[in-house]
Amino acid sequence: MRPNSSAPQPDPTHPPIPLMPRLTWPSLFTALMYAFMYFPIIVLGVYSFNDSRYSASWDGFSLRWYRALFSDRRLLSALQDSLTIAVVAVAISAVLGTLMAIGLARYRFRGKALYRGVSYLPLIIPDIAIAVATLVFLVSMAVPLSLATIIAAHMVFCLAYIAVVVSSRLQRLDPNLEEAALDLGATPTQAMIQVLIPQLAPAIFAGCLLAFVLSMDDLLISSFTAGGGANPLPIEIFSRVRTGVKPDINALSVVLILGSALLAGLAEYVRYRSDRIRQST
Amino acid sequence: MAQTVRAATAAAVTQTQPDVELRQVFKTFGADLAVRQLDLAVQPGEFFSILGPSGCGKTTTLRLIAGFETPTAGDVLIQGANVSAVPAHRRPVNTVFQSYALFDHMTVKDNIAFGLKIRHLAAAQVRDRVGDALRLVRLEPMANRYPAQLSGGQQQRVALARALVNRPAVMLLDEPLGALDQKLRKQMQVELTTLHRQLGITFIMVTHDQEEALALSDRIAVMNNGQIEQIGTPSDIYDRPHTPFVADFIGDTNLLPGRIDEAHPAQVRVTTESGLRVLARAGNMSSNQAVVVSVRPEKINLSLGAAGGNGNCYQGQVSHLMYLGTHLHCIVRLSSGESLTVRQPNRADTPIAVDTPVYVHWAADDCLALEAA
Repeated sequence: MRPNSSAPQPDPTHPPIPLMPRLTWPSLFTALMYAFMYFPIIVLGVYSFNDSRYSASWDGFSLRWYRALFSDRRLLSALQDSLTIAVVAVAISAVLGTLMAIGLARYRFRGKALYRGVSYLPLIIPDIAIAVATLVFLVSMAVPLSLATIIAAHMVFCLAYIAVVVSSRLQRLDPNLEEAALDLGATPTQAMIQVLIPQLAPAIFAGCLLAFVLSMDDLLISSFTAGGGANPLPIEIFSRVRTGVKPDINALSVVLILGSALLAGLAEYVRYRSDRIRQST
Repeated sequence: MAQTVRAATAAAVTQTQPDVELRQVFKTFGADLAVRQLDLAVQPGEFFSILGPSGCGKTTTLRLIAGFETPTAGDVLIQGANVSAVPAHRRPVNTVFQSYALFDHMTVKDNIAFGLKIRHLAAAQVRDRVGDALRLVRLEPMANRYPAQLSGGQQQRVALARALVNRPAVMLLDEPLGALDQKLRKQMQVELTTLHRQLGITFIMVTHDQEEALALSDRIAVMNNGQIEQIGTPSDIYDRPHTPFVADFIGDTNLLPGRIDEAHPAQVRVTTESGLRVLARAGNMSSNQAVVVSVRPEKINLSLGAAGGNGNCYQGQVSHLMYLGTHLHCIVRLSSGESLTVRQPNRADTPIAVDTPVYVHWAADDCLALEAA
């Protein structure tokens, strides 16, 4: 006899999910944490639509700062510089970083562990050290500072980030894949282009995105390696806010945040779609 | 009689050119000797298995044939041509990997077409041959799926089709059924032999599963410690093992170490370490040689009374009994101290229980004296 057999038992596999979360300590902490992270950004976003020149008062809704932003030639050319630097540095790093990861994973040679450690070092070294070292090197070699020197300096960390992300994917990949391609008659180059690279594509894409965002964001290394001609966006913004924050910078920040959110969303969508194609039945 | 049959086969073997031949092949990885002194010849159309425990060098042997490894010394020949220095992509062999190694960014169809497209076959020809291959492995409805959407057995069939479609001279299979569950394994074993018969291509399969090797192969090479212990037909390997390792690895056996007392041309009398005197079949052996007597559990009979005749008969007691449905698996402890594993068919008239005093007996021809390793 089981005395409780008729009483309704909670189903352990499907615990009831309350529709409205009750106010508990964990939910309160969660709310506080999100407020801590995103409140400044929300304030910034709201004030970018403020008609007033000063952040202290709210004079009504306006798009004037966005209009000012898009007619500011200096700002637009700074954005263009930043995009040029990021795109070129990431593109070159994507190729080199991927090859570096494959080389470090696939071949056995003397001092491999040391080589691997050294190649990821830019992730650990403080940016200021890279910036100073690059400047000292460029000056001592009498290389004139320009857009090209910023690109070269950005490649240092872009390369390391892309190589790290691609390496971690490579380690989870079936080591027989390349051999299978060779076995079916592909030359080593064909095997790499037709089998290995497509398998690594999501990781290469993710690494590029990370490197792109870091490059767009970089102030320190750029400011040490920029000559008179180049003026990337972070440097431009920094030089403007030193004389006080104007609402057009708020508007610019909102544009930048939306841009990166769009990029991250796109990356997530690509990842989701490729997963769905490969895993749904 | 058996000897003359084997001699005739040997003569036939020397006449045709082997599809795959290894001559004195050695392979080292750093200080480790992976395989040594491999000599084998696989005949056209043969289903040849390389069998051994893990780490015995069987996969290395297959990789040497595929071209993923180059021999440290010795030669690999495929259809008479020395391919020791030929890279994998220019060898006329195709491999089915244990992990399948399917390209999961391509559909089933594109996976199978990969080898043909690489060789620049005309599109119409690619389509026809991929269609044939899909039919052969019965995967036509899955042509446009991705590998991750298939079951293990279906993935395994894609891997087979991807290799077969290239019409290789030799198919190499590395533990092809290793990742499948028991029931699917049996089913795929049947499919493999059917495919082999239909295509007439030489198959070389690596496996650690002796039952699979016995069931599928024309001939088996048993490997241990990087060396080939014996090459022969399944019945050669099972009934006439050359070494105690082969006798022990293939099927179950009882091994009784001892020394030869009397040597006759085809029979010897051995005294085991515990003092048992055993008559056994043997090749050319001399007195006082150290040997191991191998007797299979199913060759041993149990009875309540002593058996007559001039075979081997000893007294003992049943110490363990396992009921296996088709068989009874008993362990009999002999008065001399040895324990023998005995397999009895499950019949109504086998009145055996634990602790029953019994006699074990087997004919001299049913056990084999092997040179001690």
